[in-house]
Amino acid sequence: MSLVRLSATELLAQLTAGQITSVHLTEAYLGQIKRHDPQVKAFLRVDTQRALDRAAEIDKRRREGRPLGRLAGLPVAIKDLLCTQGEPTTCASRILENFKPPYDATVIARLKAADAVLIGKTNMDEFAMGGSTENSAFQKTANPWDLERIPGGSSGGSAACVAAGMAPMSVGSDTGGSIRQPAGLCGVTGLKPTYGRVSRYGLVAFASSLDQIGPLARTAEDTALLLEVLAGHDPLDSTSVDLPVPKYSATVKQPLKNLRLGLVREHFGEGLDGEVEAAVRQAVAVYESLGATIKDISLPHGKYGVATYYIIAPCEASSNLARYDGVHYGHRTDEKKMAAAIAAQRSTLEAAGKHVEAEALDNPLVRMYRQSRAEGFGPEVKRRIMLGTYALSAGYYDAYYLKALKVRRLIRRDYDQAFGQVDLIAGPVTATTAFKLGEKVDDPLAMYLVDLYTVSANLAGIGGIAFPCGFSEGGLPIGLQLQAPPFEEERLLRAACMFQRATDWHQRWPSMVPA
Amino acid sequence: MSLTREEVEKVSLLGRLQLTSAELDLMTAQMGQIVAYVESLAELNTADVEPMAHALDVSNVFASDELRPSLERAAALANAPHHDREFYLVPAVLGE
Repeated sequence: MSLVRLSATELLAQLTAGQITSVHLTEAYLGQIKRHDPQVKAFLRVDTQRALDRAAEIDKRRREGRPLGRLAGLPVAIKDLLCTQGEPTTCASRILENFKPPYDATVIARLKAADAVLIGKTNMDEFAMGGSTENSAFQKTANPWDLERIPGGSSGGSAACVAAGMAPMSVGSDTGGSIRQPAGLCGVTGLKPTYGRVSRYGLVAFASSLDQIGPLARTAEDTALLLEVLAGHDPLDSTSVDLPVPKYSATVKQPLKNLRLGLVREHFGEGLDGEVEAAVRQAVAVYESLGATIKDISLPHGKYGVATYYIIAPCEASSNLARYDGVHYGHRTDEKKMAAAIAAQRSTLEAAGKHVEAEALDNPLVRMYRQSRAEGFGPEVKRRIMLGTYALSAGYYDAYYLKALKVRRLIRRDYDQAFGQVDLIAGPVTATTAFKLGEKVDDPLAMYLVDLYTVSANLAGIGGIAFPCGFSEGGLPIGLQLQAPPFEEERLLRAACMFQRATDWHQRWPSMVPA
Repeated sequence: MSLTREEVEKVSLLGRLQLTSAELDLMTAQMGQIVAYVESLAELNTADVEPMAHALDVSNVFASDELRPSLERAAALANAPHHDREFYLVPAVLGE
């Protein structure tokens, strides 16, 4: 079997046993990238030479019998919103096109300490705002199962590269479903940890009370391995929780006994595609056959999740993105042209006798801010800044932001009540399989509604996992989502692993991956 | 409630974004549609609900009061579009 089809856990075993070298393995993934990434476009940057040098160094240390980290020699791809010291970190935005962070994100430092081979930075929706990766300022990523379709988003590059055998594992971030949704649409396993489980230090902020970094991989076992490296308390992020990190990889294969699985009745209503519903119900039947009890539950405020999210996330974004001012870092407009334009505008107004209007023109500093940001941000980012600024502006704060925070509490209460009756909640990740590129780009609201089943977990701060549970007749992956009470990642991983040991949906590959 | 073009223009100043006339038209229509959608929250009675700004019930996380090295000035300025090795430079705000 081709190396790129092996699980990370298996590859690690072969590396440890000396059956393969990290250089050989890294070359195999780089080869797959070279052959197929021109079509998939999962990567914004591939660090070929650096990855090979790093792999060679790890191989050398292994030969010399020196101590090695947890992921020694395994390639990992990184979503391009995690700061990598001295290396471009663009967030798929023009405004950060030339930005080179002066420090590493904590998860990058952890991956380096674990001796992972960082193979490249993956494409995403600009500033993680979107569900299709079409909002990248640089390129559109295709779904490896059908190149005319979207891979999901915003971690579309991280999901697509794992689906296409270009990396065994990747790191993404999830603010409203941005790990789970692309994992579901690309047929890989992706986990959004509980808020606070993984340090956000060095993650370019979108909505700070919702953002969470997490792993994507081929199997639950591999996901457990990567989460174990990423998770843990970090004094540099005061919202990272000081709780011990369980040995996820040691327990992942233990099946859950007497599992109580909740099915949310509101998730099976209007809008859910028939093939998706059938696959999800079959997956639930698999759990039943493994001894789980299925309970019908209700999350009555779930239908307000998208509306709540599209107030809170833009509000936090408008505040977070105020830092892009063309002063400290990032794009700045051409000042000479700008000064000339202001002068021309002023003289036109003066000549027309419009002295008040001439006086009201933006001063050069404000004009510099506005123009730099207008040139640097894409349409979706502008839309969210505008929405957030509007919702937080005088007279609207109570009606929008404060109201949304109250509904957020109701959404969380629904979960607390549900988890009094069940151990996990199961359901679809998305209402449909991957849609066509371009299909929703002109309809922002339709694009927002793609997040229907995933946003509530972010609002409540709980963890969730997505993994393949079937395929449509057209050959597109269908995902199952499990959600758990706070800090029950171990339960999510064990439940996903139980399913993967009983089924083989996660072992299917698109045709571009050699047998 | 629908938004007017004037309101959207005012918000674009508050949000420090320069929008073209065409962008203002499109933004007015799209924001109106999205705001109408999120207004569905108004149908919920939340009079006695405590707002939830954050998923974690942690507060007052203290750092120990000790000196640690911080970013060197050169590194802090390295990404600035315009600086004089000491300060960030911006267009003149007062007078010419």
